Amino acid sequence: MSAQVTTGLQVRKSVELTIDGKKITAPEGSTLLDACRASGIEIPTLCFGDTITPKNACRVCMVELEGSRTLVPSCSRKVEAGMVVKTDTDRTSHSRKLVLELLGSSVDLSLTKNVSKWNSNYDANPSRFGAPSTHHGKRDEAVTGHHHHPDGKTAETVHQPVKIDNALYVRDYSKCILCYQCVDACGEQWQNTFAITTAGRGFDARISTEFAVDLTDSACVYCGNCIQVCPTGALMFTSEFEMREAGTWREEEQTQTDTICPYCGVGCSLTLHVQDNTIVKVTSPSDHSVTHGNLCIKGRFGFQHVQNTKPE
Amino acid sequence: MSGRRQFWLIETGVTVRQEVLAPATKTQIAELVSGKSAPAEQPIAQAAPQTPDKSLVLLSRIGNTNPLSIDDYIANNGFAALRKAFSIGADQVIAEVTASGLVGRGGAAFPTGRKWAAVASQPVKTRYLICNADESEPGTFKDRVLLEGDPFALVEAMTIAAFATGSQHGYIYLRGEYPRALKNLTNAVEVSRNKNYLGENILNSGFNFDITIFRGAGAYICGEETAIFNSIEGYRGEPRNKPPFPVEVGLFGKPTTVNNVETLVNVLPIINNSGEQYATWGSTGSKGKKLFCVSGAVSKPGVYEVTFGATLRQLIDLAGGLKSGSTLQAVLLGGAAGGFVGPQDLDLELTLEAARAAGTTLGSGVVMVLDQSVNMLDQLQRIAAFFRDESCGQCVPCRVGTVRQQEALARLVSSNSADETAIDLHLLRDLGQVMRDASICGLGQTAHNAIDSALTRLKVFSA
Ligand SMILES: Cc1cc2nc3c(=O)[nH]c(=O)nc-3n(C[C@H](O)[C@H](O)[C@H](O)COP(=O)(O)O)c2cc1C
Ligand code: SF4
Ligand code: SF4
Ligand code: SF4
Ligand code: FES
Repeated sequence: MSAQVTTGLQVRKSVELTIDGKKITAPEGSTLLDACRASGIEIPTLCFGDTITPKNACRVCMVELEGSRTLVPSCSRKVEAGMVVKTDTDRTSHSRKLVLELLGSSVDLSLTKNVSKWNSNYDANPSRFGAPSTHHGKRDEAVTGHHHHPDGKTAETVHQPVKIDNALYVRDYSKCILCYQCVDACGEQWQNTFAITTAGRGFDARISTEFAVDLTDSACVYCGNCIQVCPTGALMFTSEFEMREAGTWREEEQTQTDTICPYCGVGCSLTLHVQDNTIVKVTSPSDHSVTHGNLCIKGRFGFQHVQNTKPE
Repeated sequence: MSGRRQFWLIETGVTVRQEVLAPATKTQIAELVSGKSAPAEQPIAQAAPQTPDKSLVLLSRIGNTNPLSIDDYIANNGFAALRKAFSIGADQVIAEVTASGLVGRGGAAFPTGRKWAAVASQPVKTRYLICNADESEPGTFKDRVLLEGDPFALVEAMTIAAFATGSQHGYIYLRGEYPRALKNLTNAVEVSRNKNYLGENILNSGFNFDITIFRGAGAYICGEETAIFNSIEGYRGEPRNKPPFPVEVGLFGKPTTVNNVETLVNVLPIINNSGEQYATWGSTGSKGKKLFCVSGAVSKPGVYEVTFGATLRQLIDLAGGLKSGSTLQAVLLGGAAGGFVGPQDLDLELTLEAARAAGTTLGSGVVMVLDQSVNMLDQLQRIAAFFRDESCGQCVPCRVGTVRQQEALARLVSSNSADETAIDLHLLRDLGQVMRDASICGLGQTAHNAIDSALTRLKVFSA
């Protein structure tokens, strides 16, 4: 039972567990999701990203664990010896379907990957809660414990105007699933800037700067590491946002080129996204062992000088 | 800010006063500001109609001792259990609590001895004890009577719990809206410290322990044990993921015992007598004494102490029976997170096992008696609104599910088509299942319980 698995320089014990009737071994400290993926089992994830410790907030990845009253989030639950796990039961399907419906009926998931595929896999129909509400409160001013009593004719949404308050990126919280990844990237997991966090409670919960001030008045240092981890397109380069608005964003035509940031000796890896010979946004490889997808303002946004054209 | 508000200025040089006024009107507030004093609060014992009665176990000192006087407390058997605990040793204290069969009174009914033993066996030696005095479950007011009327008992019980689990510091996480409890507890902690019932080398035992009172800011979710950790640490009141469990990784990342006020106060009779003696009270599956919060359409609402095993009918009779002119429509057991039972369930034994068998829960001891004047549909909508407002918003099943549940109820209330009713009932069941199965914490997991019980047991929408 104490076979050893060697991963790089680390030697980790492995544990034996049963997933969907099959005995498998997985390294100690890995998650049920890791174990499932390693044995070819596909599980949908929404709030899970590859560089942030998951907050397991979306609950789409739930699996059944023998002995547990509730389902457990596979993205965060660590493997333990002797676990008996089922990934495809009526209960897991029900939870995935309902989570997709609850999010789909309240949030704009149009830029969230795989949603239409999962909707059809799990027979999710977000519109069964009614037409989206057209009554849009000012979410930044929501008072905890106060809400309009619903009449049930429409389904409330988080729809709100896009926040455009600086030249570098926009925040479209109508698309936000509250995965907390931007908060953790800005805060204690990467940047330690703490410009944004969750404000409000329940359905009013939202990502906000302190007192909802504009980014330009906040602690934001424009590293853009929040954009890097955002899985929904809620946080977006202004360049991308404007091209999408103008209908000129054509992702399928874009090329991606890896290079090294020229600004300082850290030498971060950059991935330049190029359309029509113009850099349209910059990301960084999240599997890089040093930077994990993180950059600073210069590497992230300082690309205009290589493509300056004369003002007309 | 909406609407016009009037403000009264407090100027420099004015002595700040604190007054308690509830419910308050604008005129009354204006009078307070202009120098009038608020009317005296109701006597504490009024909330416990059985008192004063020294033969009660948990409420024995309510109404006949001065809650501000340590001498009064000591004259009424105070700190006897603590001395005995020091003489029998920590292991034996845990053994007695385990033998007593005591389970948590905060709602989840977890065996207290097992929790203490788990903390006591941790390799990490810095450990915390938290008394959960947040008491926010709608209809719950039992802890308040103990906190206000017998605060030294809580100090003594916490010191015993800390001694048994090897904890150096305790917090009382106190509901923010309990000013009198704050005053009486603050006094009890300070006086106990001055008399060496807290602090260094307590009563020459070599044991050090102290207590900090931490006030909540009015969120129901902050009564959830891991949300309390976040709240005390200065973070948003959001529950944490379990595992790791609090007994291993709790407050400030250290092993932590969280116990309800009533749970802790039960430890005193257990140590004063014995676990075995305590276990003679009650039924096979529910041991000891229990406080119930009886409210609604009864003649004498209040906190009642009974031995586990009394029936719902007996409890209502104890509270003076139904008010004259009232006929029973339903009883909400266990609070908003609990469930409704109907008039046909009056002979239900109020034990954990009988409640479970009947598909309901005793929760924190809420017995809210509703008569014919109550509109059940309004009640359900109120409960749905409560969960929507109190959800922390962290996980999708609860954050959005509680809103969809409220919307579906609103449709059901105004529905006049059997087909639409059937669709929405189905929707509600779907929502209930995902909230129960996939929510992070007990709030979301129980947010459909009361509504479910009203649908299945009271058949509110199948008329
Ligand atoms: C939303 C929520 C609110 C809670 N509020 C309280 C509370 O106000 N007081 C309390 O003692 N327990 C409350 N609990 C239960 C606690 O999480 C915990 O189980 C309890 O304090 C443990 O103490 P016990 O074992 O002595 O009952 C709450 C649980 C949830 C999920
Ligand atoms: S803005 Fe993006 S990263 Fe931040 S919580 Fe919303 S979806 Fe997640
Ligand atoms: S992104 Fe910033 S830190 Fe990284 S190499 Fe460029 S300038 Fe240096
Ligand atoms: S169940 Fe509700 S209260 Fe609990 S963590 Fe999830 S959103 Fe927060
Ligand atoms: S992906 Fe696991 S909870 Fe969101």
